[in-house]
Order: sequence, then structure tokens, then C-alpha cells
Amino acid sequence: MSPNSVPNAATATVAAEGRTRQRRGAGDRVRSLTPGLRRLRTWGPLLILAALCVIFAVASPRFLTVDNLQTIANQSAIPIVLVCGLTFIVIMGSIDLSLEGAMAVTSVVSALLIANDVNGSDLGYLAVLIGVGLGLLFGLVNGLLYTKLRLPSLLVTVGTWFVGLGIAALLFPARQPRISDGSLRAWSLDTLLGVSRLVFVALACVLVAYLLQRYTKFGRYCFAIGGGEDTARLSGLPLDRVKVAAFGFAGLMAGLAGVMATTRLGVGSVEAGEGLLFPTISAIVIGGTLLSGGRGGILHSLVGVLILGVLSNGMVLVGVDAYVQQAVQGAIIIVAVVLTTWHARSRMRVIK
Amino acid sequence: MSAPVLQVSGLTKRFPGVVALDDVSVEVRREEVVGLIGQNGSGKSSLLKILAGVQSADAGEIRLRGEVIRPRSVAAANQLGIGMVFQEQSLLPNLTVAENIFLGKDHPATRRGWYRWGALRTAARAQLRKIETDIDPGTVVGELPFGQRQMVELAKVLALEELVDVPLVILFDEPTSVLSGAEIEILFRQIQRLRERSSVVFVSHRIEEVLAVSERVYVMSDGRRVAEEAAGAAGMEELYRLMVGEDRAEDYYREEARAAANVDDLRLSVRGVSAADRVADVSFDLRAGTVLGLAGVGGSGREELVRALFGAEPLTSGSIELDGHRASFRSPSQAVEAGMGYVPAERKLEGMLAGRDLHENLVAASGTQLRRGPWIDRRRERPVVDEWLARLKVKAPSPRVRIDQLSGGNQQKVVLGKWLLSDRLRVLILDHPTRGLDLGAKGDVYDLVRQLAAGGLAIILLSDTLEETLGLCDQVIAMRDGTITGRFEDCVNDKPESEDLIRLMV
Repeated sequence: MSPNSVPNAATATVAAEGRTRQRRGAGDRVRSLTPGLRRLRTWGPLLILAALCVIFAVASPRFLTVDNLQTIANQSAIPIVLVCGLTFIVIMGSIDLSLEGAMAVTSVVSALLIANDVNGSDLGYLAVLIGVGLGLLFGLVNGLLYTKLRLPSLLVTVGTWFVGLGIAALLFPARQPRISDGSLRAWSLDTLLGVSRLVFVALACVLVAYLLQRYTKFGRYCFAIGGGEDTARLSGLPLDRVKVAAFGFAGLMAGLAGVMATTRLGVGSVEAGEGLLFPTISAIVIGGTLLSGGRGGILHSLVGVLILGVLSNGMVLVGVDAYVQQAVQGAIIIVAVVLTTWHARSRMRVIK
Repeated sequence: MSAPVLQVSGLTKRFPGVVALDDVSVEVRREEVVGLIGQNGSGKSSLLKILAGVQSADAGEIRLRGEVIRPRSVAAANQLGIGMVFQEQSLLPNLTVAENIFLGKDHPATRRGWYRWGALRTAARAQLRKIETDIDPGTVVGELPFGQRQMVELAKVLALEELVDVPLVILFDEPTSVLSGAEIEILFRQIQRLRERSSVVFVSHRIEEVLAVSERVYVMSDGRRVAEEAAGAAGMEELYRLMVGEDRAEDYYREEARAAANVDDLRLSVRGVSAADRVADVSFDLRAGTVLGLAGVGGSGREELVRALFGAEPLTSGSIELDGHRASFRSPSQAVEAGMGYVPAERKLEGMLAGRDLHENLVAASGTQLRRGPWIDRRRERPVVDEWLARLKVKAPSPRVRIDQLSGGNQQKVVLGKWLLSDRLRVLILDHPTRGLDLGAKGDVYDLVRQLAAGGLAIILLSDTLEETLGLCDQVIAMRDGTITGRFEDCVNDKPESEDLIRLMV
């Protein structure tokens, strides 16, 4: 059809037919994932975990032993508790970098309240509760600073991270407090079904977090905020309350992780959480929770923790150089992010 | 005739540099469907958003059943019985259909903080049955096609019927733009049903749809209510003329400056282009030194077409030739490289570097002619920048002023100037270049367009008004629903009547 020679009247009739066709086309239009891709996003991390297990089982006869799996479980307990809290923050599209600070404070304070070799206090299990409560308080402060001062969560929590480390260092006595409460030490070191009781604490946290995520307004509203904060606000959701609660819960989990680390190590330490922030965020991302919020969940994060746990354990067994291990972990994070966000690419989207 | 349920008087809403609503008064009576028509930017969406609690007014009052209300959120408006069917933008794509329908509403299935999913799904299914669809309430909204999302929007508002026990006022904002013919029928049936106990305000670009469902029609233009007509009495073409405003003096568009005989080389050749599901099989030729107007209402696909030509949307089929060479732009930067320029309608979002000064904005699209190697030398650029600011008649104290501190008209001149500085520019696309500008600035922009065409540039113009299209363009193509419905090849010697053009557009 030559574009310049069509008489107007004829074009008008042709177009009238074209119009109904076009209309129908608009209604049927799908701009979403194919079912296959969607399944890949949901189950991909689990497939990666399974593949890693197969690879290491083939590469090292020691990998699939009960002993080794127990080791992986024990090492994963504290990271699992941490992701239980942080996942809600990431689902909202925010971030909490302060967990090492929260762990430092709770570790030093709880060690000084439990029977120890520095002072005369002996609060026993009450000290555990106080430590966890401190974590909750820490998180609530994060949440209030974030919502009331309207500062980005990243900046608020970088600040409170170092404030936490500072407070812990100030409270830290002349020499490191050693826990002398035998029953608490024993509780965290004793094993049940071959693994530390802390593993069961972690699994209980996963259960609680899953129920919160799936069956409560709090959990669903975290998803709503991550999916579109403006829409959520216009729908009349109590955004600030949800945000403060999410940061409070993340603080609570960090406090619990701090106490767990203290009783396991037997000492209160400013470094109780050192080096845990990056693996925790990595685990959440690898599990398939988007840093931009709205998608993912606690079970994803659990898989993410296990992927990182199996990976570092397996590479040690196979005898991979420590520096290469880091590089591999970094590469896995990039692959995971590509897998979870591939569908969202478009020409005009701004990536920052 | 029953008493008005909703009385809006003297409503005014200002945004920086723009008056979105200027002293608007409307009434909606009990059990009545009121239509609202107007072009993009005429203020009809602002009016609906204020009623629905999305925005707040700067002046004026809203009375609902005689009492003054000021809804601060959609939820608050819902409590009062005002619900709005948005253009697919009030749904959260990552939540299920059931959650979205009841989000922010006090429903027994989510009371006391616990979700009872079974009860929630059952309740959602009851709402979905009203719109005759079998969408699974457990589906995540992001996985639905747009038409179905729009229907979920409808179900979300219909859910108010059971949750609020006052007569409802339901606002529909362009509900039909993504619906299929069958879905539109369901929508109209629901509107007829709602009418028995509610009041409805219906907004659409498609005048015939508005006339089909409404009893009265308000026409909006430039933020003002310009007419109120009984739907039976109003003719479509008359309403359209009210929408686009009065004819203005012809020479205002510098028609005498149109090139009578054009430079006769083919610049851009478009064959069978389809894109973005909104453009189907479009072909045209564009010669150097001519201005081609694309005329069409919202949903005609002309915006999507020019975005596809510029590489901002992928082509699903068809081909483009620029200067006789096959061109397939995979990104706007490739299009710019090849000599395409684009002045977008969303000046603030896409056209200018907000927060940067005039100098940087002017040179942003020019390539190597101002550069020496990879370095930017502002001193070398300065004389060129000064000259162009003068030629463009930009009123600014210095090139170091930030662009967002200028008025809209001066901003637009700088954005246009950015493309004029580029020595490789072959085709310039102007997407609503005068939107929001005052008369003087509009005149300057028209002068620029004529100068550019006289200089041999090929220009594609998308305009808000027919007068502008007919006054500025050498050729006009009318579009409707993604296809070309008519062509006027020689507007200089044989100017088409605006009635003919309107008939092809609506």
C-alpha cells in the first residue's frame, strides 16, 4: 500500500475495521512474565541450592555426612534469625544496616547481666529477655528516626550502626566479660537431634516470621509498601506504624541473634556481629527478595542463607582458596540478582 | 429533578507554573450519570483526584449531601461513599486480586490484624461476579492483562456497595482506554445498575461513549468548566469544538511562513509500523522542509508511534528508512546518533536536565562539533550558547541559571534549542511542544518551528489543538485507535476543514 495515494474515505472504512481489532488486542494484551519465567523466579534459588548440594556431594565424600550437615545447620542458625527480621525491611523497599550495632549492644549488656567474671550480677534468663528487649528498642529507634525525620533508612541505619558500636564500646568493661552461668552456656551448646538448640530457635523464628508475613496485616502491608508506597498511602494504610513495627521486629531479631552469639561464644563482645551484615543482605537477595521491595519472602531468605552456608562449607571441603571463595560468593550474588530482575528490564527504565 | 448529592463550587488547584483547575463548579444529582470531557491537561483528572482524596484543592469547597468534606485519602473518601475507578494505577501489582479489592477497607476477613484467606477470597469472588469475570481472586495482579486489571479496579470500587451504607458517588477516570468491546459492555451495564442507587461521574476522551452513558455533560478546557449540556441536545462536533477552544486569528500560526514548495528529498519513510500494542500498520513519508501533523485524541496511538520512531519503544513489525537507509533504533541514543530529535510532552520528566544550568541543557544533545576529544570545554561552548539563547529569545539573566528556575515557555525554548544546536539533526519530533505555555511563548515556539522547517529540517508535530495542527503543518495525518484514518497531503493550498479532521479522529 502506497502511503500517499489512499483516498480519505477509503482509509476511514478500513480504519473502522482496524479499530475493533485493535480494541480486542488491547484487552488481551499481557505484559507479564510467562509462567515458566515466573516459576524460575520462585523456584530458581531452591534449584541453585540443590545443584550446589549435588556438585559438592560429588566433589567431596565428606559433604553429605550427618556430621557436616549438622555443621552447616549450626553455622546457619544466627544468620537465619537475622534474615527473619531484615526480610520484612527489604520487602518494604527499605534497608537496615544497623544489625551489627544492635548485636554489639545486646552482646555486651547481656553478658554483663548474666553471671560473669566482671561484676556480680546474675539475672539468668531474665538477662536474655533484657538483651532481646534492647534489640527491639534499638529497632524501634531506627523506625522512629526513619519515619518521623523522614530520612532514608540507609542513612539512619548507617548512623545507628556506629552509634550501637560506640555504646557497646563505652559499656565494655576493662576486660572481656566471660559468662559463668553454667546452665545458659550449656543450653546453647547442648545438642538436640545432633544440632545445637540454637538451630531450633532459628527455625521457630522462621515459623513466626512466616505467619507474620502470610497471615497478618503487618506482613501484607509490608508487601503493599514495597509494591507501591503511594498507592498504599492513598489506600489509607497506616504506613508509619507498619514501618516502625518492621524495624522493631528486625531489631528484636538482631537482639536475639546478639544474645545467641554471646551465649555460644561465652563472652560479651563488641564484635559479636562483626561481618554478619553483608552475608545477611546477600542471603536475602540470593533468595529472590528484590532490594527494590515488593517481592520475595522469608522462605526465600531461608534458602538464601542455606545457599551461602552450603557454598562456603563446600568450598572449604573441596579446598578452594579463601580469596577465590569470596569471588565465587560475589559472582553468585550477581547471578541471583540477574535471575530475579531479568523481566523488569526495559529501554527507558532508569537504573541507579 | 432531584437535589444535588455532590456540589463542587469554586474549586481551584495550582501547580508551580500551571493552574490545573480554575474556579470550577459542578453538580452531581442523585441517581444520575454525569459525563466530563476535555483534552489532556484540561483539568478533568485533577477534579476527580480532588474528589477522590488523592489531591487537595487550594480553594473552593466540596459539599456531599449538603456537608462540606475534605477527603485526605482514598480510604477517607471511600468512607464517605466516594469511590474512584482509576486507570489501573491504584492496584498493587505484587498483591493478589482479593487483597487489592479490600485493601484499606475494613472487612471482616481481615479484622483484628489476621487475614482469613478463605473468607477474603470468597468475598472477592462475590465482587468479581458482579463484573462477570472468573478471574481467580488468588492471582497476583501483576500477572493479569491490563484490561482485566481495569476490571479489578471496577470490582474494588463496587465492593464499597456492601461496605458503606450511604448512596455512593462513583468516579470513572478514562475506564475504557484498555478495555475490549465485551468488557466495555459489562462496564456500561454496571454503570446502568449503579445508577439505580448511586451517582456516577464518567470521564473519557471518547465523546461518543460519554454521550452514550451520561445524562448531562460538562466540558472542560484549560482548567475551566466551559460548558454544560444535556447529553441528548449536544452534538459531537460541537462538543469537540468546545473542548479544543475557540478558533484564533490564523496568522498567529505564521501560516504565511509555510514553505509553498518544499525541498523535495525524502527524509523519513515509515512502512507498516506496529508498536507497543497501540500502533498498527502505520505508513507515511516525510520530506525535508515540511511539518507533518499527527492528529488524534487520547488512545489514538500517535504518542506511541513517535516514541517507537525514536527508539524508545520496540517496533513489533514494519520498517523505517532515514535518508534512504534502513534504520532500526534499539535505543533513543542510537536515534539521536542517526539524526533524530525528540521534544517530549513531559518536559520535566524527559526533556530537560532539571537542576542543571541553561548552558548544560543547551549542549546536552550536541555531539562532537563542540567537543575536543572527550573533554568538555565550557569556554569554547560559551559563545555558541550565548548566541542561541539570544536567537531563541530565552529570557534569563545568564546561561548559568538553573533551567527549573525559568518559566515553562523559556524552558521549552531551551529544550527545543538543545536539538537546534545539533548539526546532525535530520528529523525533529515535537510532542505537544506548546502545552502549558502562555500565548507569547507559544508564538515564539511557532516561529522557531517555521524557521527550522525553512532550514530544511523535517518535523513531526503532535499538538493539543486542531488550530495549531492546521496552522503549522504542511501535511496532516489523522489517527484513531492506532491506525491512520485519513491523510491531507497539501494543507498549504488546500486547507482541510476542522470538521473533516474531527470526524476522522473521534
